[in-house]
Amino acid sequence: MSFEPRILGFLCNWCSYAGADLAGVSRIQYPPNIRVIRVMCSGRVDPEFIFKALKLGIDGVIITGCHPGDCHYIEGNYEAVKKFELVQKLLSKLNMEKRIRLEWVSASEGNRFAEVITDFTNQIKELGPSPLSGKDLDMELMEKLEALEMAAESYRLRALVGRERKITEQENVYGEKYPKEKFDNLFDAAINNEYIRNRILLSLEKNPKSVKDLATQLNIDSKEILNHILVLKGRNQVAMEDIIENQPIYLNVMER
Amino acid sequence: MTEKQDEDIRIGIFVCHCGTNIGGFVDCEQLAEYATTLPNVAHSEHNLYTCSETGLAAIRNAVKEHNLNRVVVASCTPRTHEPLFRDCVQEVGLNPYLFNFVNIRDQCTWVHMKETDAAFEKAKDLIKMGSAKAAKLEALERIVVDINPIALIIGGGISGMNTAISLSKQGFKTHLVEKEDKLGGRLKSLYKLFPNDQEASAFLEDMTKKVEASKNLTVYTSSKIKSIEGFIGNYNVEIEQNGDIISLNVGAIIVAVGASVFEPTNLFGYDGEKSITQLELENKLKNNEVDANNIVMIQCVGARNEERVYCSSICCMTALKNALIIKEFNPDAHVTILFRDIYTPGIQYEQYFKKARKAGVLFIKYTLEKLPLVDKNEIKVFNEYLGEEILIPYDLLVLSTPLIANNDNSDLAQMLKVPLEENNFFLEAHVKLRPIDFATDGIYICGSAKWPVDITESTTQGLAAASRASRILSHETIEVESSTAYLPEWNKSLCKGCEVCITICPYNAIIKNEDDEIEIIQALCKGCGTCGSTCTKHAIEIKHFNNEQIMAEIIAFGGKIIE
Repeated sequence: MSFEPRILGFLCNWCSYAGADLAGVSRIQYPPNIRVIRVMCSGRVDPEFIFKALKLGIDGVIITGCHPGDCHYIEGNYEAVKKFELVQKLLSKLNMEKRIRLEWVSASEGNRFAEVITDFTNQIKELGPSPLSGKDLDMELMEKLEALEMAAESYRLRALVGRERKITEQENVYGEKYPKEKFDNLFDAAINNEYIRNRILLSLEKNPKSVKDLATQLNIDSKEILNHILVLKGRNQVAMEDIIENQPIYLNVMER
Repeated sequence: MTEKQDEDIRIGIFVCHCGTNIGGFVDCEQLAEYATTLPNVAHSEHNLYTCSETGLAAIRNAVKEHNLNRVVVASCTPRTHEPLFRDCVQEVGLNPYLFNFVNIRDQCTWVHMKETDAAFEKAKDLIKMGSAKAAKLEALERIVVDINPIALIIGGGISGMNTAISLSKQGFKTHLVEKEDKLGGRLKSLYKLFPNDQEASAFLEDMTKKVEASKNLTVYTSSKIKSIEGFIGNYNVEIEQNGDIISLNVGAIIVAVGASVFEPTNLFGYDGEKSITQLELENKLKNNEVDANNIVMIQCVGARNEERVYCSSICCMTALKNALIIKEFNPDAHVTILFRDIYTPGIQYEQYFKKARKAGVLFIKYTLEKLPLVDKNEIKVFNEYLGEEILIPYDLLVLSTPLIANNDNSDLAQMLKVPLEENNFFLEAHVKLRPIDFATDGIYICGSAKWPVDITESTTQGLAAASRASRILSHETIEVESSTAYLPEWNKSLCKGCEVCITICPYNAIIKNEDDEIEIIQALCKGCGTCGSTCTKHAIEIKHFNNEQIMAEIIAFGGKIIE
């Protein structure tokens, strides 16, 4: 039997859900792989939802909203873009970014809805089943995805995503605008840092380790690991447990 | 209505055949049977038409008989039928928000007509997801706000005056605010009106008398809006008049600020004497100052180009009207109109165009690529129809310039929290379905503030705005959306006060209150949920679309989470 992907769709109530209904009224046929969750606005889609779906082995997630400028809630779809970009950047670390998509479908575009869903279904068919969909779970991949999810949940990244439009599109009290390019660099660095920090936390959750152990396990330079450990210590997320052979051993002290 | 929350969850699922629309493609009986295997489902059945009186009675009976506290209907689409089923469950004592809709027609059987097996599997999944969400639904109280039956109209032009007269006639206390010292707006500077050549001043005088005679109507001239705060039924507005501040509380606001005229500086030799605008021509006509014999008009000056892509829609008729007036005064005058396209919609306006042609007005088409060149005494224009350049002598050149958005539109838009479109005109809620409303409840739009319109259309829109506003003002209270964002008591300690939610809320519904705590004003919130997905600490929840409910849907489809 050929591979039939499982696809989850988040449709905004005012444009895309209406567009999907119009496809029905017009009897425009598209592949039956998608299951729809209705939300009032594409801006409602929390990065957490996408990660949860992927962790469950769902093969693809598509979010559809109103065209830019047409949002029922004025600007919710612009916020949806920012959240989507964050998830996309994070997922690209595991080459999974093609499993998600954001599209604009208006209430009058029944045809376009069918086209978008057909195209995305084909894309997922070409990619093949999610590496997390089978019975034999790739636990290492799952742990990495978990670290990405935790990064997306972190205060720092959520605050950056929430403030991005204000920082890069509006002037501050001195009439200055923060350049988009500069923000992107800062954002990318933050994404990278939070990902590694959460991988460290997950690793330390299993058993306490030294910087050297972590460097070997995660294949990252030990100096960089040490910097992250210092940040995590500052956040009260790790603590030194012991010193063995002159090497400090750290453990995860987060409450879960 | 929260007592049901503590009981065991008992879901009833109703699968609709919708005649053959659903039943013709998937086995509804089997779907209903499948539904009984789902967690918390106490009853399931299938109906030929769940929305029929028989179907609704079946729901009511089942709720009573099986003591159901959640109802799921799998049928067409919530966009058309959710209100019906919500009312139905409310009749038997259930909170309407304890109802959930599953769309297995518009988004399933109708779009997978040739893959019925797959459609059946999809319908099963959708019912499973819908049922999982239903189990997590919470009763919500409908939010009711009081309506102060007073209207505020911003702008005393022709549309604003019409709105004011109509509303005060209906008995509503009305405030009309005009920034200039007299009412009338653009109408003040016009000579005659098309298509019946009525004197603009007489028309305006008549309107002004009606305004003055209106009871309950207060006019504020030379006044500006300073601030607007509040929500439907309860807007607090401050007006500045000659340095004094006047505070008003109103239930509805109508934006009728009109538009400005584009000044064609550096275009086609514009100097205000030999090369003038249509508006300046009207003034000359009024004072009988036109003594030219060769008159040329150029249409679309500064419009429908890269800078201003839109058609101002009133200039063609204005040019025709003024050309005819000139011809009437002086039948020997040569009037030539250089146009790109002539826009005269409707039979009446088209006849006006024919009348102009009959009167001997010449029409020459030019294109954006080959603009007419204006010399001291003649105009060089490439005639599209002849395919060659011709010279036209002139002693008066009239430029038809577009109406443009007022430059203070953005200030007002910010105060009202309503959007502007790309040319800075005000943007309505829906171009066809809600042309007079804003997406924000209790605020309406009419006249040229939205788009350049003529007197007839301004009048119509003014009356339409009065009608829309009276729908609200005639009620003592109004129910507003209950599925709003809120900060639950138990989440308050999570909030770090980062204020990101305040930044992204498009309705300014989130504030920091006197206790320095985040507060969400329920009547302002529209429930988009963006703050919930942005909140850095996951403290804000979205009623009816909360994390737990959406997560339940995801898990129902995906399977169990492996932690």
